[in-house]
Amino acid sequence: MKEIVILSGKGGTGKTSVVASFASLTRDAVMVDCDVDAADLHLVLNPQVEEENEFWSGEVAYIDSEKCNECGLCQELCRFDAIKNFKVDPVSCEGCGFCAHICPLGAVDMRQTMAGHWFVSRSKYGTLVHAKLGIAQENSGKLVSVVRQHARTIAGKENAKYIISDGPPGIGCPVISSLSGAEAALVVTEPTLSGIHDLERVLDVCRHFGIPSAVCVNKYDLNDENTQRIQDYCSDQGVAFAGKIPFDNIVIEALIHKLPVVEYSPECTVSREIERVWQFITE
Amino acid sequence: MILSVASGKGGTGKTLVATNLSLALSSKTRVQLLDCDVEEPNDNLFLRLPISYSQFVYIPIPSIDEAKCTYCGKCSEVCAYNAIAVLPQKVLVFPELCHGCGACSYLCPEEAIVEEGKPVGVVEKGKRDNLELVQGLLNVGETMAPPVIRAVKKYVDVGREVIIDVSPGTSCPVVEAIEGSDFCLLVTEPTPFGLNDLALAVEVVRKMDIPCGVVINRAGMEEGETERYCREQGLPILLRIPLDREIAALYSRGIPLVEGMLQWREVFYELFEKISAMVDGGRNSGDGIKEEHQE
Ligand code: SF4
Ligand code: SF4
Repeated sequence: MKEIVILSGKGGTGKTSVVASFASLTRDAVMVDCDVDAADLHLVLNPQVEEENEFWSGEVAYIDSEKCNECGLCQELCRFDAIKNFKVDPVSCEGCGFCAHICPLGAVDMRQTMAGHWFVSRSKYGTLVHAKLGIAQENSGKLVSVVRQHARTIAGKENAKYIISDGPPGIGCPVISSLSGAEAALVVTEPTLSGIHDLERVLDVCRHFGIPSAVCVNKYDLNDENTQRIQDYCSDQGVAFAGKIPFDNIVIEALIHKLPVVEYSPECTVSREIERVWQFITE
Repeated sequence: MILSVASGKGGTGKTLVATNLSLALSSKTRVQLLDCDVEEPNDNLFLRLPISYSQFVYIPIPSIDEAKCTYCGKCSEVCAYNAIAVLPQKVLVFPELCHGCGACSYLCPEEAIVEEGKPVGVVEKGKRDNLELVQGLLNVGETMAPPVIRAVKKYVDVGREVIIDVSPGTSCPVVEAIEGSDFCLLVTEPTPFGLNDLALAVEVVRKMDIPCGVVINRAGMEEGETERYCREQGLPILLRIPLDREIAALYSRGIPLVEGMLQWREVFYELFEKISAMVDGGRNSGDGIKEEHQE
């Protein structure tokens, strides 16, 4: 079993379309959507939800106004400015529990919060593990770990050859959670200045965690010069270059029809290039 | 006014809107742009302001004075994040798990813990004419974006029109960045992904009771679904930016729309005026604000 994480740094590079196409090409993988903040993969894979689980995580402080005599100690000590007028703002509260430990009257309680849901679903491409983080919740990193762990278990049971993971944007906590212990990362970027900037940052993260990575440029013909820059950068850095995919409205058409592009239009250049990238990273 | 620019999904054109709005507005008044997308701050790739000021962002993490420590275990017991482990003859601190809450140092009975700053990112400032930029940059490998966002927001200058570029998604860094805004502009694109993520973003701003409106980027394809959603939700569509190769090419080279295609200057300025009027006009029915509870 080989877990391949598809990242992008910057959002909107077409990463999810590429992931969905990979799923359609191999048919021997468990898919996992690690973008728990804004999961999209299910929109293309059209799965049937088979199992729904609650994700309980973290705690939020609660002040019992009956017991509180408004001494103000918690307000003064809270480093996250989460307590105002002897009430806890659950959004700012980081759940550290400092206030509960120091309240002289024991008026502060730490309560578990339900921070989202995660699902095991079946699609015609294989099993998909995905999640929905509750609004304004922390711990997206933890939820990523939960879905990944389940994907691994399922992949083991199904004897799947691959785990294909649609990674979150950025370089922060959820990205790190989706990378640790994976076998390989593919970064899907685009030939824009911001694409390049974010690519460099996300490759730094991969290097930091020792994950072998490859790069593919999507919509490469939007700016050939920048595409060349990316290729040069990769060869400078010793990062594998997996291929380039042209810009074509067919990708969005496929999306609107809720199909992976390699299935919607198997003969188009986009599809053939995606296929080549898949071969490259699985060899 | 504090105006935040967000999008549930990344890559919909949030940076495009935030930078062009700031540039268009700065030809008429003093503007401050806060780039709170600290994982991938990109605004200055377009603005190219010289950075004149830079400051590390630290979080305080514990350091144990083993000469005073009796290995009682209190610190490890109070830490909600398992960032401290107490062994019979040694205390281990895991800085990457620590949130810097201060509980351990305050509660250590032997006063054996002092705090040391650990850098998690930087805040930088740059200026040109009427436009000031404050941007945060999270260190690579670091997980704690919110302290860097908070550090950026400390520089809010209410004497200027403030525009905040928010990171994509719906989780706590997003809330941290939007908090305190008078209006939130949601940038989307007319695809199933764009719509799905727009709906998530709308949930967030509604929960925060902040009025919002929509910008459709790469407009021109099938917009029916997005339009229907906005109508049902009573969300005003304030601007459409067409799917256009020239716009995409300018963007890829880091050239702001208002500089590459001058007609956009007025368009973005009008967008701002529209929003100002909506904010001044109070909470109109179109912005989907709940009735305020009377105690
Ligand atoms: S609470 Fe203080 S004395 Fe007790 S183990 Fe921790 S550092 Fe040592
Ligand atoms: S400061 Fe808070 S989070 Fe950090 S080690 Fe101490 S108790 Fe744990």
